[in-house]
Amino acid sequence: MNRIDTLFQQKKNNVLSVYFTAGHPELNSTASILGELEASGVEMVEIGMPFSDPLADGPVIQDSSSKALKNGMTLKLLFDQLKDIRKDVKIPLLLMGYINPVLQYGVENFCKKCRETGIDGVILPDLPMDIYEESFRKCFEDNGVHFIFLITPQTSDERIRMIDSISGGFIYMVSSAATTGAKSTIAEKQIEYFNRVKALNLKNPLVIGFGISNHETFASACRYANGAIIGSAFVKMLDKATDMKSDIRKFVKEVLG
Amino acid sequence: MKHSPDERGFFGKFGGAYIPEMLQANIEELRENYLRIMNSENFQQQFHKLMKDYVGRPSPLYYASRLSQHYGTNIYLKREDLNHTGSHKVNNTIGQILLAKELGKSRIIAETGAGQHGVATATVCALMGLQCVVYMGETDVKRQMPNVLRMQMLGATVVPAMSGNRTLKDAGNEALRDWISNPVDTYYLIGSVVGPHPFPDMVARFQSIISEEIRWQLKEQTGNGLPDYVLACIGGGSNAMGAFYHFIEDPSVKLVAVEAAGLGVDSGETAASIAKGTEGVIQGARTMLMQTDDGQIIEPYSISAGLDYPGIGPAHAHLHDIGREIVIDATDKEALDAAFQLTRLEGIIPALESAHALAGLAKMKFKSDDVVVVNISGRGDKDMDTYIKYMSK
Ligand SMILES: Cc1ncc(COP(=O)(O)O)c(C=O)c1O
Repeated sequence: MNRIDTLFQQKKNNVLSVYFTAGHPELNSTASILGELEASGVEMVEIGMPFSDPLADGPVIQDSSSKALKNGMTLKLLFDQLKDIRKDVKIPLLLMGYINPVLQYGVENFCKKCRETGIDGVILPDLPMDIYEESFRKCFEDNGVHFIFLITPQTSDERIRMIDSISGGFIYMVSSAATTGAKSTIAEKQIEYFNRVKALNLKNPLVIGFGISNHETFASACRYANGAIIGSAFVKMLDKATDMKSDIRKFVKEVLG
Repeated sequence: MKHSPDERGFFGKFGGAYIPEMLQANIEELRENYLRIMNSENFQQQFHKLMKDYVGRPSPLYYASRLSQHYGTNIYLKREDLNHTGSHKVNNTIGQILLAKELGKSRIIAETGAGQHGVATATVCALMGLQCVVYMGETDVKRQMPNVLRMQMLGATVVPAMSGNRTLKDAGNEALRDWISNPVDTYYLIGSVVGPHPFPDMVARFQSIISEEIRWQLKEQTGNGLPDYVLACIGGGSNAMGAFYHFIEDPSVKLVAVEAAGLGVDSGETAASIAKGTEGVIQGARTMLMQTDDGQIIEPYSISAGLDYPGIGPAHAHLHDIGREIVIDATDKEALDAAFQLTRLEGIIPALESAHALAGLAKMKFKSDDVVVVNISGRGDKDMDTYIKYMSK
């Protein structure tokens, strides 16, 4: 069974997921960050595939992506780095990035490689639903890899239901109309939207991302969804980390409260 | 028409709308309304009135006799440089601002390279009393300063884009991020036939007035509305698409697009997206773009800020793919020389972008009775610094 499904079967609340960009801060820090996140109690990880032109990202992830690319990160190298990851890391792992590098790698190859490596899900914000269904869905499903869709405050109920019907794993609920980036609070209007989506009783679990940065925002997001994702705040911390292991543990501990 | 995209915005295998969910509602609103609004009588009336009284259309089609003599053929210049604001860009901004108003948007954002699209956007925003924010790569802010000052005088806020090479692509990325963060009141007034569907089709339709006029003007002047060649420079491809549009279904008319080779197509410092590009997705469209094997977009280079873009409009990628469009290229130096040649032979100082189209003339073989139309997409005022430096070398 896909590890994402297992996770949400066992745990319905307060699932903590973390995003970081592969190849940042160091080219070869990917595997050790993953190990440390799991050891700290993080339950799911999105590994960012850096892209030169990350449209949906704010300054922090733009910066980590360009640093990672400067360090020499590529999709090929990432799969090499993750080759033996399943010997150590048991939590669900996802790849998150943009469609163009995946197209150049070849979608079939990419899905196959995800299966071989033990990648459970993929998030490609700029692959639209219709093109996914037409040309990609079969390949992902044949390889047992969940394709995760985003929804936003502008997504209509009807479209959310459609997304729910074709996705697996979970639905990524973007917290507000914004690019990625840390915010320190959750506003009234966002709560209305969270409640609206919650009331739809979707078949897939909901995970809130974008703007989740600390214990407070994590805990409030978890009141409306099965879990939440921290990205920019974690990436920023890595940038300044002096002792990566202990800094990661400290960060996660603070978020879990 | 054959060259319109399919329902999902594909021209053959190119185009589409590869956009994050955050832009979905905005793009859908546009897609569902643009043709209805554009084709309404009220819109057409306003558009054509502004084109005539405000922009100064039709722009002349001028028989350039000394240039013709030099190349031993018959060269006509389509004078988009004489439009209000100094380039073809205003055809599109007038169209889109009317559309934005109809959609009830109050805040306009745009990207700009040479600053011509930024100026044309700031101009129509002043005209309509709408708030205007223009993203411009920091590199371009420096090399097109007169246009930055014009935008500011027109009341626009110019925001320097600090990512990548700090040129046109990076300005486009910032504009898209702004749109993601302001999905309700904001309209993204895109400057070329690029981006997600329906932008490439919409901008092509607004710019198609160029070829519509060429046809009747040429008929008036020569008795035949069909030239043998139409030449235009190509950054994103809006002036070229405008100049080609009404000739696409006339196979006797050869459509020639001139890309910016920068220091040379194989120099590593180029913006020739067809010559050096492969298929991929850039800023919401599947098209030809310059990229690494890993799918990272390669930073382009051209002396011309308006052509300094690593992709190309999807309709051009398609027309090239099916053999309907010939794509050649010109280096910085060839463009500079062509600009000086036109200036000295005809007394017209062209924009550096348009100078690439002129440089294309030397690369083609024309017969003495051929009729060749070159689209002069803009005037050279904004490039005087570059020209003066070149002159004193
Ligand atoms: C005068 C002029 N010509 C051409 C271009 C290139 O754009 P496009 O290829 O969309 O016509 C620009 C862009 O800034 C321009 O200012």
